[in-house]
Amino acid sequence: MPRWLVAFTAIVLFLMHLPVLVLVAFSFNASKFSVNWTGFTLHWYQRLLEREDILAALRASLIVGVSATVIATAFGTLIALALARHRFRGRTLYEGLIYVPIVTPEIVTGISLLILFVFLRVPLGLGTIVIAHVAFSISFVVVVVLSRLAGMDETLEEAAMTLGADEITAFWKITVPLLWPGIISAALLTFILSFDDFVITSFVAGSGSSTLPLIIYSMVRRNVEPSINAISTVIVIGTSILLYVAEKLTRESA
Amino acid sequence: MRRRLLAWLARRPEAEAWALLGPGTLWMIVFFIVPVVVMCAYSFMPRGTYGGVDPGFTLEAYARFLHPVYLVILERTFVIAVLTTAFCVLAGYPVAYAITRSGKWRTLLLFLVVLPFWTSFLVRTFAMIFLMRDTGLVNSWLMGLGIIKQPIEMLYTPFAVFAGLVYGYLPFLILPVYASLEKIDPSLLEAAEVLGAKPAARFWRVTLPLSGPGLVAGSLLVFIPALGSFLTSDLLGGAKGLLVGNLIQNQFSTARNWPFGSAASLILMTLVLVAALLYLRVGRERE
Amino acid sequence: MADPVVELKGVSKSFNGTQAVRDVSFAIERGEFFSMLGPSGCGKTTTLRLIAGFETPDADGGQVRLMGAVVNDQRPYERRLAMVFQNYALFPHLTVERNVAFGLEQRKTPKNEIGDRVRNALTLVRLDPGTFARRNPSQLSGGQRQRVALARALVLEPTILLLDEPLGAIDLQLRKEMQLELKSLNKQLGTTFIYVTHDQEEALTMSDRIAVMSNGRVAQLGTPAEIYENPRTGFVAKFIGESNFLDGRVLNPSGGLWDVQWGDTTFRVPSANGVQPGRTIRIAVRPEWLDLVRPGHVPPGENALCGSVRDVIYLGETMHVVVSLPGGTDMTVALRNEGQLINPLPWRRGDEAVVAWKPEDCQILEDE
Repeated sequence: MPRWLVAFTAIVLFLMHLPVLVLVAFSFNASKFSVNWTGFTLHWYQRLLEREDILAALRASLIVGVSATVIATAFGTLIALALARHRFRGRTLYEGLIYVPIVTPEIVTGISLLILFVFLRVPLGLGTIVIAHVAFSISFVVVVVLSRLAGMDETLEEAAMTLGADEITAFWKITVPLLWPGIISAALLTFILSFDDFVITSFVAGSGSSTLPLIIYSMVRRNVEPSINAISTVIVIGTSILLYVAEKLTRESA
Repeated sequence: MRRRLLAWLARRPEAEAWALLGPGTLWMIVFFIVPVVVMCAYSFMPRGTYGGVDPGFTLEAYARFLHPVYLVILERTFVIAVLTTAFCVLAGYPVAYAITRSGKWRTLLLFLVVLPFWTSFLVRTFAMIFLMRDTGLVNSWLMGLGIIKQPIEMLYTPFAVFAGLVYGYLPFLILPVYASLEKIDPSLLEAAEVLGAKPAARFWRVTLPLSGPGLVAGSLLVFIPALGSFLTSDLLGGAKGLLVGNLIQNQFSTARNWPFGSAASLILMTLVLVAALLYLRVGRERE
Repeated sequence: MADPVVELKGVSKSFNGTQAVRDVSFAIERGEFFSMLGPSGCGKTTTLRLIAGFETPDADGGQVRLMGAVVNDQRPYERRLAMVFQNYALFPHLTVERNVAFGLEQRKTPKNEIGDRVRNALTLVRLDPGTFARRNPSQLSGGQRQRVALARALVLEPTILLLDEPLGAIDLQLRKEMQLELKSLNKQLGTTFIYVTHDQEEALTMSDRIAVMSNGRVAQLGTPAEIYENPRTGFVAKFIGESNFLDGRVLNPSGGLWDVQWGDTTFRVPSANGVQPGRTIRIAVRPEWLDLVRPGHVPPGENALCGSVRDVIYLGETMHVVVSLPGGTDMTVALRNEGQLINPLPWRRGDEAVVAWKPEDCQILEDE
């Protein structure tokens, strides 16, 4: 591989990670405003634990994340199964439409949901956030699970049926165990998407509730301090762990 | 009992399919399609006195959009999205190519691309702020080295937005391009070599065309979010309402012009769908 | 007389307007090794799936009967049969022993019994339980996987075993071994084997009876010998072994036989349905039924067509000589090698030769 390509790649990858690395590094800087290093400290992390609003937002993000993930993963998996295993009228159209939420700009999804909720006089809060998150996550789960299903042998369920298992038993004992890593993987990634979502959430959260991204945004807008670096670091580390687990699962059963 | 249900379903494969599709599809219809329809309706209604809409039919929201002020915003958004995509392609394609040739480093390199892909966009955008602001790292470093006396104003400029978008979406291009480069059958390149093609020719005439689908997919994954981008320009572009995304958001907060915001959203969505269809058609032709 | 163990009566099945199986009827006896043979798309796999229960006959598309009872509406898990698939279909997330035990667990067999029966089944297919029971399918070779699939089916002691081209992905040497093993299992266990294949040699080796299928219909049903020696249609004559075909117009009777006009000459055929003056008939003559002689040396009473040698193909056991006849037809003659065929080769390109056969050594074909 040519030398210049190696150098180029190294530079690009370095630049891709530099901002976040800097962010993480300075979460340990004792100085509040300047970028001069005045000493190592965990003070900003402690601050996080003292701030009720941040903790409440974290709690909200977790609740929303788990709920949206469970619902979206369930619905998405069922849809993927239907697309992979059955022929039905309108199938090609459906397959096309499934991709639309993925390409729709977040601002459009957020705005349209806000309009709907206002129109139906539904109060905005954690519930509407969950609804919104499920809406944009389903397509994504379908795509991930579908790709795993495509690689699965259909005759396995048939073999189970010749051995006395009916459709439901064959599904639970054969398809689900084999599909499980793919489902978990899709779930983890959905959780990450939900946890980190800002744009859509900002429109449907209303004034009462706040998720972690919303709090971070207002901190960035109003009073920048290294606590933001600290919470960002926590998020980055958390994401890396979840990603690692998801990656391991997909690799294991490939 | 369940045997009877299964036997009944077995004779109607379509019913089985729709039983599976049902819940998810219903959710999508109610919470994705219906909202867009309502938004569409709103765009044709007159603006309400205290925000929201009044009953009626009017085209004034769309007419308003034809003002030069707003057309400029549309043009600017489009230009930035195109530039971002182009730059991502130039920076990202070689990286994707390098990863396919990286042998034992491949898993690590891939992880290094996948991680930013999944890391919170908000966090990454804030990281850019941290770097680029007047008291940020780049300026302090340059001043410390004596290269400049005053901080360069990097933040709150179109350049900052551009840089933020490229930084944000670069992984979105690398991954699909990598996936399609990966799939290229090495024996095709060997065949080309046997026919006398030198490395550069092999790249331009075999590798590049065959990676077409990945390039198209990756470009779309950058262009579309860039077109609809809101957060980057909001945080890095200053309060100027630079792009269409900001314009729309504004209509639902301070400006309180819901029909106009809805109209702008629909225009944006149409542009996105047109771009997607065009790209896909080009992509399919190349295949 | 006991009910046939499997019976199809006028079974038809179509998919999206295309008919895959048309009006198929046959009866399979208990303990038989019954094969369905044909090229891809002939309907053999669909027929097997109809027997298994994965497909249902069309609304007015006949009956599938197992042990005398109509099972059209029964799901596969309600029918007491077992199946071996082309790609083995072993459950990747279960060990060999859990795979084999699966059907027994479904039937709620007591745990202590399962262990013994699994061991016996593995031994039956020549896999040592000690070595293989705990292994995972991914750790097995193709042949081993197929044996596990077989054990998984046979452990249930089924009356009927369905096999869908099970040896397709296995190499030649092992395939021949397994063909003999399958045949011997069939006889040893008394289980009815219903076998689908496109390989005619395989079908001839193992089967008690063969149903040759084409375009969704049964072209001919019979024992291997019947099918080989008396193919009824041109398709069967061509699909099984090799055949030469001659079309001619029936003329007059001549001493118990009939004269048939072919080009400028005639040959004689025995009486049969369809042999009437003025009709065009087609006959099939297998290469090994033909003699190749020098001009003037035709044995008395035999048909003779004169031509010249176009090609000589030495195959070890046999030698095939392709003779060009006037009018553009070629006929292939197979000569057995008993040591007389070499040094010097008896036939060379360009030699004048006469293709001869006894009138009764031909097969008069039905219209297709």
